[in-house]
Amino acid sequence: MAVLELANISKHFGAIQAVSDVSLSLEAGQVVGLMGDNGAGKSTLVKMIAGNFRPSEGTMRLDGAELVLHRPVEARKYGIEIVYQDLALCNNLTAAANVFLGRELRRGLGPLRILDHKRMYKRAGEIFRELKSETRPRDLVKQMSGGQRQAVAIARTMLSEAKIVLMDEPTAAISVRQVAEVLNLIRELRDRGIGVILISHRMPDVFDVADRVIVMRRGRKVADKPIASSSPEEVTGLITGAIEQV
Amino acid sequence: MATTLERTIEHRQQTWPAALLASQTFWVLIAVILACIFLSFATDSFATAKNLYNITRNVTFVAIIALGMTLVIITGGIDLSVGSVLCLCSMVLAVVMHAGYSIEVGIAASIGTALLIGAFNGVMIAYLGFPPFVITLGMLSIARSLAMVASNNTVVFQFGPDHDKLLALGGGAWFFGIANPVLYMIALALLTGFVLRWTKFGRYVFAIGGNEQAATLTGVPVRRIKVAVYMISALAAGIAGIIQTGWLGAVTTNIGAGMELQVIAAAVIGGANLAGGVGTASGALIGAALIEVIRNSLGLLGINAFWQGTFIGGATVLAVLFDRIRNFRQSE
Repeated sequence: MAVLELANISKHFGAIQAVSDVSLSLEAGQVVGLMGDNGAGKSTLVKMIAGNFRPSEGTMRLDGAELVLHRPVEARKYGIEIVYQDLALCNNLTAAANVFLGRELRRGLGPLRILDHKRMYKRAGEIFRELKSETRPRDLVKQMSGGQRQAVAIARTMLSEAKIVLMDEPTAAISVRQVAEVLNLIRELRDRGIGVILISHRMPDVFDVADRVIVMRRGRKVADKPIASSSPEEVTGLITGAIEQV
Repeated sequence: MATTLERTIEHRQQTWPAALLASQTFWVLIAVILACIFLSFATDSFATAKNLYNITRNVTFVAIIALGMTLVIITGGIDLSVGSVLCLCSMVLAVVMHAGYSIEVGIAASIGTALLIGAFNGVMIAYLGFPPFVITLGMLSIARSLAMVASNNTVVFQFGPDHDKLLALGGGAWFFGIANPVLYMIALALLTGFVLRWTKFGRYVFAIGGNEQAATLTGVPVRRIKVAVYMISALAAGIAGIIQTGWLGAVTTNIGAGMELQVIAAAVIGGANLAGGVGTASGALIGAALIEVIRNSLGLLGINAFWQGTFIGGATVLAVLFDRIRNFRQSE
């Protein structure tokens, strides 16, 4: 069953049509690569799912129920987690503090509740272990490699029972060795039954990790097919417009 | 594989002695202690009960305000209005008490004034997007002018029926001969340290200084925290003003002039980073202590008072220089 369904979603900003009439569905435990050139509408589409924008037309359904989001913070409540392109990390805080930012664990009673550092370190350590990432909860993020920083950002999505994880260019700014690390993290999410939408410019990454590829051009969905029955050449053609539609 | 991963995750990169040696605050503390030891031998008058009493008490006013300033600096802001806010709050207290009201009313009016000014600064910065430098620079001018208006630019030294209570509050020594202001400073420092380490609020203050955008995206109430931080800074200035009024026994419209720079210097010497994200309560105290020890020692050593600024400025630059050198080493 589809965990997320978009039906005839459109978004315009004034006279500019950013997304027009896009329908798609995402299954649990599936990785969908969302590709397209700059300005093709992929960011706008994902930002609607994340609650940054409201669609001008169309409906979104999560587990069959209609989904209406007013603010990005609300998306979390529904089990939609976002990994931002710049990762949204605080360099001056520890890995654990970043994982729990905005959702700190506390102990004690009423107004006297204090931060439960011990439990946060422990839980963050457990998540890094599940992600098979060599990331230490007590280290400051500013001392970390790109792959470790990704692990911290992804660990955030595993605090609650996420249904969907949206990832915006997670492999754009990191080294080749770290890319493999991040792709493994994405597979970990998939194996836990989470639906992942992966925005990426990097063809090899999408063909490596995704089950399906969706291509957008000028606000429209021009392809939506299993990765096995597509090829990088075809996707490139679809992105540039050399191939009109499949 | 599983065991090495386990060990890596459990491993602490820094043990606490290593963290201590890497902290600017620690080295400034060492500098303060060494200076005190040197002065005890070099002069007869340094290690006397009376001089130590004076030093500890003089430290407090800058230190208390530096505690509030440290919070502001951690969020990546600055509050230039604290010296004038201290003056205005002292004057409100003095004028209200001079008019015959009790000390409780006077303190309430003074604290209320501080919170109002802090809220104004905070709202302008957090909701209207003014640069902190500009708003608090404006407030530096406004608050001192309001103090002159409130007192008609006179010196107030009669505090009505509760005159003696006020003088006891600031000038007394209720506990083992330690000057009252010092007790207030210690209590406020402990409170600030606790808030920074153990509360959500403290965590958010650091998060905003680290990456404001990230804090917003993860649901941190950035604007409300910023307003609160400027209110705390003004409150600290107000509290220092009340205590200082009790200690001096008189209020003029030029008290606290230029104090904001001393306070910022104290916070920075103590390890707060003006770029945001870094700072401690103990650092604010230790930074203030170093400034006061330098000032006191120059007097005792018979060095011309004109040199004070050079030494305090030099200490500020030197403290941050050590931090820079450490950063260069790390980045290599």
